[in-house]
Amino acid sequence: MSVFIQKDNFDISLELSKLSFNDEIGAVVTFTGLVRSGSNKSVQALELDCYPEMAEKALLDIEKKAHKRWVLFNSLIIHRYGFLKLGEQIMMVATASKHRKDAFEAAEYMMDFLKMDAPFWKKEHTDIGSYWLDASKNDKVELIRWNDEKS
Amino acid sequence: MKIKLLYFSWLRERIGVAVEHVDTNAETINDLIAELISKEEGYGLAFNDISVVKAAADQVLVDLNFPLKEVKEVAFFPPMTGG
Repeated sequence: MSVFIQKDNFDISLELSKLSFNDEIGAVVTFTGLVRSGSNKSVQALELDCYPEMAEKALLDIEKKAHKRWVLFNSLIIHRYGFLKLGEQIMMVATASKHRKDAFEAAEYMMDFLKMDAPFWKKEHTDIGSYWLDASKNDKVELIRWNDEKS
Repeated sequence: MKIKLLYFSWLRERIGVAVEHVDTNAETINDLIAELISKEEGYGLAFNDISVVKAAADQVLVDLNFPLKEVKEVAFFPPMTGG
Protein backbone atom coordinates (compact mmCIF):
# COMPACT_ATOMS: atom_id res chain seq x y z
CA MET A 1 0.00 0.00 0.00
CA SER A 2 1.67 3.22 -1.07
CA VAL A 3 0.96 6.77 -2.21
CA PHE A 4 3.18 9.12 -4.20
CA ILE A 5 2.36 12.78 -4.78
CA GLN A 6 4.85 14.10 -7.31
CA LYS A 7 5.55 16.54 -10.13
CA ASP A 8 7.52 14.03 -12.18
CA ASN A 9 6.07 11.66 -14.74
CA PHE A 10 5.96 7.92 -14.03
CA ASP A 11 6.54 4.70 -15.96
CA ILE A 12 3.66 2.29 -15.35
CA SER A 13 5.64 -0.93 -15.94
CA LEU A 14 8.51 0.28 -13.77
CA GLU A 15 6.09 1.16 -10.95
CA LEU A 16 4.39 -2.24 -11.21
CA SER A 17 7.74 -4.02 -11.07
CA LYS A 18 8.47 -2.21 -7.78
CA LEU A 19 5.29 -3.52 -6.12
CA SER A 20 5.92 -6.52 -3.93
CA PHE A 21 4.21 -9.56 -5.35
CA ASN A 22 3.48 -13.04 -4.08
CA ASP A 23 2.45 -16.31 -5.72
CA GLU A 24 -1.19 -15.90 -4.74
CA ILE A 25 -1.74 -12.81 -6.88
CA GLY A 26 -3.73 -13.69 -9.97
CA ALA A 27 -4.95 -10.25 -11.03
CA VAL A 28 -3.39 -6.82 -11.37
CA VAL A 29 -5.54 -3.90 -12.50
CA THR A 30 -4.08 -0.52 -13.43
CA PHE A 31 -5.87 2.69 -14.32
CA THR A 32 -4.12 5.73 -15.79
CA GLY A 33 -5.68 9.18 -16.13
CA LEU A 34 -4.47 11.41 -18.98
CA VAL A 35 -4.87 15.09 -19.84
CA ARG A 36 -7.54 15.14 -22.54
CA SER A 37 -9.10 17.73 -24.78
CA GLY A 38 -12.59 18.98 -23.88
CA SER A 39 -15.63 18.13 -26.00
CA ASN A 40 -16.04 21.59 -27.56
CA LYS A 41 -12.82 23.37 -26.71
CA SER A 42 -9.18 22.73 -27.29
CA VAL A 43 -7.26 22.11 -24.08
CA GLN A 44 -3.55 22.74 -24.42
CA ALA A 45 -2.51 22.01 -20.85
CA LEU A 46 -3.80 21.25 -17.39
CA GLU A 47 -2.58 22.99 -14.26
CA LEU A 48 -2.99 20.82 -11.17
CA ASP A 49 -2.94 22.61 -7.86
CA CYS A 50 -2.35 20.34 -4.87
CA TYR A 51 -2.14 20.33 -1.07
CA PRO A 52 0.53 17.58 -0.85
CA GLU A 53 0.49 16.91 2.93
CA MET A 54 -3.28 16.49 2.96
CA ALA A 55 -3.33 14.61 -0.36
CA GLU A 56 -1.00 11.95 1.00
CA LYS A 57 -3.22 11.44 4.07
CA ALA A 58 -6.44 11.43 2.01
CA LEU A 59 -5.14 8.94 -0.56
CA LEU A 60 -3.74 6.58 2.09
CA ASP A 61 -7.14 6.70 3.79
CA ILE A 62 -8.88 5.77 0.52
CA GLU A 63 -6.43 2.88 0.04
CA LYS A 64 -7.02 1.62 3.60
CA LYS A 65 -10.80 1.65 3.02
CA ALA A 66 -10.38 -0.34 -0.19
CA HIS A 67 -8.16 -2.89 1.60
CA LYS A 68 -10.87 -3.36 4.24
CA ARG A 69 -13.54 -3.93 1.64
CA TRP A 70 -11.76 -6.18 -0.85
CA VAL A 71 -9.04 -8.82 -0.60
CA LEU A 72 -6.00 -6.95 -1.91
CA PHE A 73 -2.38 -7.99 -1.62
CA ASN A 74 -1.05 -4.64 -2.68
CA SER A 75 -2.05 -1.29 -4.14
CA LEU A 76 -0.51 1.91 -5.37
CA ILE A 77 -1.67 5.45 -6.10
CA ILE A 78 0.51 8.00 -7.92
CA HIS A 79 -0.91 11.49 -8.48
CA ARG A 80 1.00 14.24 -10.24
CA TYR A 81 0.60 17.98 -9.84
CA GLY A 82 1.96 21.05 -11.59
CA PHE A 83 1.69 21.94 -15.26
CA LEU A 84 0.77 19.00 -17.52
CA LYS A 85 0.47 19.07 -21.30
CA LEU A 86 -2.25 17.43 -23.42
CA GLY A 87 -1.80 13.65 -23.46
CA GLU A 88 0.42 13.54 -20.38
CA GLN A 89 -0.26 11.09 -17.54
CA ILE A 90 -1.98 12.66 -14.51
CA MET A 91 -2.30 9.76 -12.14
CA MET A 92 -2.38 5.99 -11.80
CA VAL A 93 -4.00 3.45 -9.54
CA ALA A 94 -2.90 -0.18 -9.32
CA THR A 95 -4.47 -3.03 -7.36
CA ALA A 96 -3.23 -6.60 -6.95
CA SER A 97 -5.55 -9.38 -5.82
CA LYS A 98 -6.20 -13.09 -6.08
CA HIS A 99 -9.11 -12.60 -8.49
CA ARG A 100 -9.96 -9.94 -11.05
CA LYS A 101 -13.29 -8.93 -9.49
CA ASP A 102 -11.65 -7.59 -6.31
CA ALA A 103 -8.86 -5.91 -8.28
CA PHE A 104 -11.26 -4.19 -10.71
CA GLU A 105 -13.78 -3.10 -8.07
CA ALA A 106 -11.15 -1.81 -5.66
CA ALA A 107 -9.43 0.18 -8.42
CA GLU A 108 -12.74 1.75 -9.44
CA TYR A 109 -13.66 2.50 -5.82
CA MET A 110 -10.32 4.23 -5.21
CA MET A 111 -10.75 6.29 -8.41
CA ASP A 112 -14.27 7.40 -7.47
CA PHE A 113 -13.24 8.55 -3.98
CA LEU A 114 -10.00 10.07 -5.20
CA LYS A 115 -11.93 12.45 -7.46
CA MET A 116 -14.06 13.67 -4.52
CA ASP A 117 -11.84 13.48 -1.44
CA ALA A 118 -8.29 14.20 -2.59
CA PRO A 119 -7.17 17.87 -2.52
CA PHE A 120 -6.34 18.45 -6.18
CA TRP A 121 -7.76 21.20 -8.38
CA LYS A 122 -7.64 21.28 -12.16
CA LYS A 123 -7.29 24.42 -14.26
CA GLU A 124 -7.70 23.99 -18.00
CA HIS A 125 -5.61 26.14 -20.30
CA THR A 126 -7.41 26.37 -23.66
CA ASP A 127 -7.01 28.51 -26.78
CA ILE A 128 -9.86 30.74 -25.54
CA GLY A 129 -8.64 31.19 -21.96
CA SER A 130 -7.90 29.45 -18.67
CA TYR A 131 -10.41 28.42 -16.04
CA TRP A 132 -10.74 26.20 -12.96
CA LEU A 133 -12.94 23.13 -13.39
CA ASP A 134 -16.04 22.71 -11.22
CA ALA A 135 -16.49 19.59 -9.13
CA SER A 136 -18.47 17.19 -11.27
CA LYS A 137 -22.01 16.22 -10.24
CA ASN A 138 -21.38 12.86 -11.90
CA ASP A 139 -18.61 12.11 -9.44
CA LYS A 140 -21.05 12.48 -6.54
CA VAL A 141 -23.44 10.07 -8.26
CA GLU A 142 -20.62 7.52 -8.54
CA LEU A 143 -20.04 7.62 -4.78
CA ILE A 144 -23.70 6.83 -3.98
CA ARG A 145 -23.18 3.50 -5.73
CA TRP A 146 -20.60 2.38 -3.12
CA ASN A 147 -22.86 3.38 -0.21
CA ASP A 148 -25.69 1.27 -1.56
CA GLU A 149 -23.63 -1.89 -1.66
CA LYS A 150 -22.95 -3.69 1.57
CA SER A 151 -19.48 -3.15 3.00
CA MET B 1 -2.88 32.22 18.73
CA LYS B 2 -0.77 31.90 15.60
CA ILE B 3 -2.19 29.91 12.70
CA LYS B 4 -0.73 29.06 9.31
CA LEU B 5 -3.22 29.65 6.48
CA LEU B 6 -3.07 28.00 3.06
CA TYR B 7 -5.16 28.86 -0.01
CA PHE B 8 -5.65 26.78 -3.14
CA SER B 9 -7.09 27.07 -6.64
CA TRP B 10 -9.12 30.25 -7.32
CA LEU B 11 -9.13 31.18 -3.64
CA ARG B 12 -5.35 31.54 -3.84
CA GLU B 13 -5.66 33.61 -7.02
CA ARG B 14 -8.29 35.95 -5.57
CA ILE B 15 -6.47 36.47 -2.28
CA GLY B 16 -3.10 36.77 -4.01
CA VAL B 17 -1.05 34.62 -1.63
CA ALA B 18 -0.62 30.86 -1.19
CA VAL B 19 0.51 30.86 2.45
CA GLU B 20 0.36 33.33 5.34
CA HIS B 21 0.61 33.34 9.11
CA VAL B 22 -2.00 35.15 11.19
CA ASP B 23 -2.41 35.95 14.85
CA THR B 24 -6.08 35.52 15.69
CA ASN B 25 -8.57 35.09 18.54
CA ALA B 26 -11.25 33.62 16.25
CA GLU B 27 -13.06 30.71 17.89
CA THR B 28 -14.17 28.92 14.73
CA ILE B 29 -13.19 28.79 11.07
CA ASN B 30 -16.29 30.88 10.28
CA ASP B 31 -15.07 33.57 12.72
CA LEU B 32 -11.66 33.49 11.07
CA ILE B 33 -13.24 33.98 7.62
CA ALA B 34 -15.18 37.02 8.94
CA GLU B 35 -11.93 38.43 10.33
CA LEU B 36 -10.11 37.95 7.02
CA ILE B 37 -12.94 39.53 4.98
CA SER B 38 -12.76 42.70 7.11
CA LYS B 39 -9.00 42.88 6.44
CA GLU B 40 -8.77 43.25 2.66
CA GLU B 41 -10.88 43.24 -0.51
CA GLY B 42 -9.35 40.06 -1.97
CA TYR B 43 -10.70 37.98 0.93
CA GLY B 44 -14.20 39.34 0.28
CA LEU B 45 -13.93 38.15 -3.32
CA ALA B 46 -12.56 34.74 -2.31
CA PHE B 47 -15.15 34.10 0.41
CA ASN B 48 -18.06 35.74 -1.46
CA ASP B 49 -19.94 32.43 -1.96
CA ILE B 50 -19.21 30.40 1.15
CA SER B 51 -21.22 27.44 -0.20
CA VAL B 52 -18.32 26.59 -2.54
CA VAL B 53 -15.59 26.99 0.07
CA LYS B 54 -14.20 23.96 1.89
CA ALA B 55 -11.74 23.95 4.76
CA ALA B 56 -9.22 21.59 6.30
CA ALA B 57 -7.87 21.87 9.86
CA ASP B 58 -4.42 20.30 10.22
CA GLN B 59 -4.92 18.50 6.89
CA VAL B 60 -8.32 17.00 7.74
CA LEU B 61 -11.52 18.15 6.00
CA VAL B 62 -13.83 19.88 8.52
CA ASP B 63 -17.04 21.96 8.63
CA LEU B 64 -16.72 25.74 8.66
CA ASN B 65 -18.02 25.86 12.25
CA PHE B 66 -15.03 23.78 13.39
CA PRO B 67 -13.35 25.21 16.55
CA LEU B 68 -9.82 26.55 16.07
CA LYS B 69 -8.57 25.65 19.53
CA GLU B 70 -5.24 23.80 19.15
CA VAL B 71 -5.38 24.01 15.33
CA LYS B 72 -2.04 24.94 13.76
CA GLU B 73 -2.86 24.95 10.05
CA VAL B 74 -6.05 25.86 8.19
CA ALA B 75 -6.46 25.45 4.43
CA PHE B 76 -9.21 26.97 2.27
CA PHE B 77 -10.15 25.62 -1.16
CA PRO B 78 -13.06 24.92 -3.55
CA PRO B 79 -14.51 21.38 -3.94
CA MET B 80 -11.81 19.01 -5.17
CA THR B 81 -11.54 18.08 -8.84
CA GLY B 82 -8.62 15.62 -8.91
CA GLY B 83 -8.16 12.28 -10.59
